[in-house]
Amino acid sequence: MRRKRRKFTIPSKYLLLILTVVCVVLMGVSAFTDLISAPLLNVAGGIIVPMQTGVSRIGESLSRKKDEVVNIRDVMARNEELKEQIDALVIENNALAQDKYELNQLRQLYELDQQYAAYEKIGAHVVSKDPGNWFSGFVIDKGQKDGIGVDMNVMAGSGLVGRVTEVGDNWAKVLSIINDKSSVSAMVLSTEDTCIVEGNLETMKSGMITFSKLVSEEGSVKEGDKLVTSYISTKYLPGILIGYVTEINPDSNHLTNSGYITPAVDFSHLQEVLVVTTRKNLYGSDGGEAQ
Amino acid sequence: MRRNLFIAVCMLLAFVLQSTVGKWIAFGGVSPNLLIIAVAAFGFMCGTKCGLITGFVAGILWDMFYGSMPGFYAMLLMYIGYMNGAFKQIFYKEDIKLPLILIMISDFIYGLVCYILQFLLRGRFHFPHYMLYVILPEVVYTMLLTMVIYPPLKSVTLKLDDLSQGRESSNA
Repeated sequence: MRRKRRKFTIPSKYLLLILTVVCVVLMGVSAFTDLISAPLLNVAGGIIVPMQTGVSRIGESLSRKKDEVVNIRDVMARNEELKEQIDALVIENNALAQDKYELNQLRQLYELDQQYAAYEKIGAHVVSKDPGNWFSGFVIDKGQKDGIGVDMNVMAGSGLVGRVTEVGDNWAKVLSIINDKSSVSAMVLSTEDTCIVEGNLETMKSGMITFSKLVSEEGSVKEGDKLVTSYISTKYLPGILIGYVTEINPDSNHLTNSGYITPAVDFSHLQEVLVVTTRKNLYGSDGGEAQ
Repeated sequence: MRRNLFIAVCMLLAFVLQSTVGKWIAFGGVSPNLLIIAVAAFGFMCGTKCGLITGFVAGILWDMFYGSMPGFYAMLLMYIGYMNGAFKQIFYKEDIKLPLILIMISDFIYGLVCYILQFLLRGRFHFPHYMLYVILPEVVYTMLLTMVIYPPLKSVTLKLDDLSQGRESSNA
């Protein structure tokens, strides 16, 4: 009974083998270049990102409604609390305003650049997040067309969220600082000691990420100290708030300290972010890296 | 043909929902894995080839948008689809135990491989924590979701399957 001409088909075993080879090649090539992912991404991004944007918008409004209902009691209690805080902050603010006035004068005296005072920012919506539970990255609804480029810093409110790692026409992929694979060169604001802040899935369950390699005098860095991005970072602009020190322990080598920080940004409810369009000026960006 | 179209639409939908809705229905920071459900289900319902292709496509999408190494999730999901396809012989539609067990094992393997290749190799040795707070909750949550979405998925797929098979046999 072979009257009907049989369609040419590959047995699934061979197909599996072929696709395995494709995957291995993809992994191999991508380890050295990003030739493959960029064009593929742009094609897929054009189709999928608009869908994700739509679904996200709907969900955003729904989850907001839900939060409104659930949280109203909390909010009332918080409101009282915050009112008291406002009073305290107004007093503090007055003091700070005076300090700022003094600082401005000093800056002029020292002819310091005020380049960090006002970064240009673009607002963007988070449209989708990493499907798995292992890493935290997300995609935003602004891309090359809106002037976003790779390595631009992303903030939410006053804190650092991460940086852009890939860009398409209408979307960009953001690596957040709480991602297990992310690390940021940071600095304790009060003592100017530098350290490395690393994302950690394990400690993120309790809302913290880790820092390490902090060289400082014993007792000079205390819990609650602010950590900001450092001047020596190659990707992050200096002076952006990362979070607050929540625990600090000396390492066994008695030279460095490590511990935990609480990020300034609430990563579980991230809906709008700001992309800083000013990029850190790399030494290599004008005329090739030295050596 | 119609069945394949349905599978393609399902995979696209699964990916979009997973990456958007997934985080809102997250419980304790862990969201269920729709993609694993879809890949495994199409695997044991439609065979090895179908399973490995859906796995590959879903994985490639995942890799492109979120992976740090294109090809990793594609390969992982492809093998999961293929392995589930091998169970087509003992799959019959009234049974819900086999699908549940297969999806559970698939999700567990996915979690384990992710931990070993992406965390253990980078020196994150605290396995019990990851097991307790990431892998197991995800498996349980995914199973619960399976019970909701598997029955309709199965009936549509098998109906389309019957249709196409019926047409082929009448053509021959």
